[in-house]
Amino acid sequence: MTGIFRPESARQVADAVAWAAAEEEPLEVLGRASKRAFGRPVQAGQGLELSGLAGITLYEAEELVLSARAGTPIAEIEAALAEKNQELAFEPPDLGPLLGGEAGAGSIGGVLACNLAGPRRIKAGAARDHFLGVSAVSGRGEAFKSGGRVVKNVTGYDLCKLMAGSHGTLAAMTDVTVKVLPAAEKTRTVLLLGLDDDKALAAMTRALGSAHEVSGAAHLPAVLAADSEVSYVREAGGAVTALRVEGTGPSVEYRSAALRRELADLGESEELHDRNSAGFWQEVRDVQPFVARPECLVWRVSVPPQAGPAVAGALAQGQDALAYYDWGGGLLWLALPPSKDGGHAALRAALSGCGGHATLIRGPETLRAAIPVFQPQDPAMAALTARVKDGFDPRRVLNPGRMVAGL
Amino acid sequence: MKMPEPDATVLARRREIARALNAIVPGEGVIADRDELAVYESDGLTAYRQRPLIAVLPETVEQVSRILAYCNSEGIKVVPRGAGTSLSGGALPLADGVLLCMARFSRILDIDFANRCVVAQPGVTNLGITKAVESEGFYYAPDPSSQIACTIGGNVAENSGGVHCLKYGLTTNNLLGLEMVLIDGTVLRLGGKHLDAEGYDLLGLMTGSEGLLGVITEVTVRILQAPETARALLFGFPTNEAGGNCVAAIIGAGIIPGGMEMMDRAAIHAAEDFVQAGYPLDVESLLIVELDGPEVEVDDLIARISAIAANCGAVTSRASESEEERLKFWAGRKAAFPAVGRISPDYYCMDGTIPRHRLPEVLKRMAEMSARYGLRVANVFHAGDGNLHPLILYDANNPGELENAEAFGAEILRLCVEVGGVLTGEHGVGVEKRDLMGTMFSEADLAQQQRVKCAFDPDSLLNPGKMFPELHRCAELGRMHISRGQIPFPDLPRF
Repeated sequence: MTGIFRPESARQVADAVAWAAAEEEPLEVLGRASKRAFGRPVQAGQGLELSGLAGITLYEAEELVLSARAGTPIAEIEAALAEKNQELAFEPPDLGPLLGGEAGAGSIGGVLACNLAGPRRIKAGAARDHFLGVSAVSGRGEAFKSGGRVVKNVTGYDLCKLMAGSHGTLAAMTDVTVKVLPAAEKTRTVLLLGLDDDKALAAMTRALGSAHEVSGAAHLPAVLAADSEVSYVREAGGAVTALRVEGTGPSVEYRSAALRRELADLGESEELHDRNSAGFWQEVRDVQPFVARPECLVWRVSVPPQAGPAVAGALAQGQDALAYYDWGGGLLWLALPPSKDGGHAALRAALSGCGGHATLIRGPETLRAAIPVFQPQDPAMAALTARVKDGFDPRRVLNPGRMVAGL
Repeated sequence: MKMPEPDATVLARRREIARALNAIVPGEGVIADRDELAVYESDGLTAYRQRPLIAVLPETVEQVSRILAYCNSEGIKVVPRGAGTSLSGGALPLADGVLLCMARFSRILDIDFANRCVVAQPGVTNLGITKAVESEGFYYAPDPSSQIACTIGGNVAENSGGVHCLKYGLTTNNLLGLEMVLIDGTVLRLGGKHLDAEGYDLLGLMTGSEGLLGVITEVTVRILQAPETARALLFGFPTNEAGGNCVAAIIGAGIIPGGMEMMDRAAIHAAEDFVQAGYPLDVESLLIVELDGPEVEVDDLIARISAIAANCGAVTSRASESEEERLKFWAGRKAAFPAVGRISPDYYCMDGTIPRHRLPEVLKRMAEMSARYGLRVANVFHAGDGNLHPLILYDANNPGELENAEAFGAEILRLCVEVGGVLTGEHGVGVEKRDLMGTMFSEADLAQQQRVKCAFDPDSLLNPGKMFPELHRCAELGRMHISRGQIPFPDLPRF
């Protein structure tokens, strides 16, 4: 990269992209660049960093809505929400440390562009489910908007959904509006101890199939539980299966007791209260177990929940794999030792029977350039994807190659 | 309402097209008889009527694919239709278009309790999904008022909501996977039983796309275990401001109820006259709040919300003490549309969304418009999320009154946009709000949306005349005006 544009207005973003389109000069689109090592490496002569577009522009707590410039630090937004006892309910993970950078360095635009979501995904949805409105500049250099500032809105196509998870390949976002929600008054986490993967899946399935509104269901094998900074988890002496309930005080007490009672046949259980519970789920959210293993390749695998252990089992054969589960078995975090294809072929093969997708979240740049980082698509889907890309960015100047080689 | 000019050559080829479709869907799956087509001439927005060229009722994905491929290669327009309950004319036929009815896709394909999802064909009704899983205590959360009749495929096309979507989300938040067919006959699968999309979120894009991008042939949705208990609260307020303030105070206290519905004086009276729900008649604003969850949570929240309502000046305050009473509280709200239908020969249901705190002002200005147009209006309101349903009362037998009602409705929707809201919260743009899109979107916004359409349907054969006020050719939309050779941003920080 030879230079970086740091526009300070939407108009300047449009000017920069219009220039790039005219000159057919690719741009690497960045928020605050905290997740630059995520995705395929972009071959671009110029950067377009949106950190100069910062600041909350509207926050109406009683309307459950917040608007901000796309480059606003996520930490600033979370602090403003915390003052009103609110939060981004999709629990945006902070991948900074996992990717070898600082904690708390990301932007709201980056979180949305990567459609990141934490353990509460199973109950509250992903970033895309909270994304109400967007203003952006397409690869044509044209400013456009979609959505609005209200939750109930079916006016026109939902282009916010397309922006979420597009990794800056369709448009450079300049302003975003998200739905915010009250933070839970109380949180408790029920820990089931010493379960193997299959029993843990059964426990999580029973919990998530109950009326207890479980908002986190994760399973850590013994070797990863032993690394936790939460002493109850670290000292459990075996695998830990965690089930979170959140809400009002009396409700949380009732539901955590009910879960322990209903799952008593699976052995002993423990309970984490507010601070320990929050610490544990932050570790699960931010892939903390693999931060301290920087040599490992890290994959994020989304599968039908019941397929989780089978996919992990297929991959563990013959190699030194480590895995833990979130989303009740539906999200598999996998650490593999470095290898030539990064485990890509075995992973794709393991997924072919059950459906789902695998994304290489952390790996060396050479590997990310060599293998598909995102799930490969069949020819019809790939063709449609290319047509959608061309509808926004016909000259392919925005983050070319970030998701798919050549696109 | 102006629809695209019918193509005379297509109209002239009616019999030939019917024969070709009959070769794909044999027997009674092709309807070309003028009289038999009458039942399809409108959807839930009955003010607009048009008989289709031909209606076809396929039974298999392969048939859908062949029908679309045929229409695409012959340049024939296609309008998809589920149960035809759209309130925005989304399924309004075209004189020169094939109406593709998905009613025969009515089977549930897979009930997967362990993965907490159901795979269904698009013609299964919304309530049909809940019925299929309720034996195990599960349900499908989005519950539009038409849930007995409306289909899950239509719900996806319109991103349907319902009274519980404040807490449980809209269709888009409960959808896991789709199988769909593009206009060229290509069959695609998006998502599945896992969460989140690989690649672009086309599942999210399809939801609410009003049948303009593809035809849905299979749907996978999440199911939830039903809450242990549910109770409702009924509050009456002397002013709309007081009712609105109470809603804000409840959410401000960190409480997201299962449902929160408001009615204005006209709607309260119409509903009470119709179903005798026990609503107070001496209030300006009625609020129904539903709490669901374990009993201990519901009891706790009822106490807290009752205190908030008292603080906001509620003059009526009741909590349901039995399931029968809870249903009675809801009966009036759920019957609000037919209740208004009883007091007026016709009514026109609007669907804007506004930032909630603008409600008193919007209701006040609506009352002024009502006086000006000489038409009564009753309001029901999904109070938690700001989705407003003004019902304009009119008589279509009086010359000019429909047009007057339409003009009144358009002015209400422009007001919704003016105060920071949107044209439609859950009914869709369809033909009804098509020509108002320009009040919310610039030409550049609409052009970008249509470029997305071009990626799916380059000749604009799927449901044309809906959603967009003007049809542009994809080639024209794709053109770029480039002025090369200069950097037009001397003041842009560059490092």
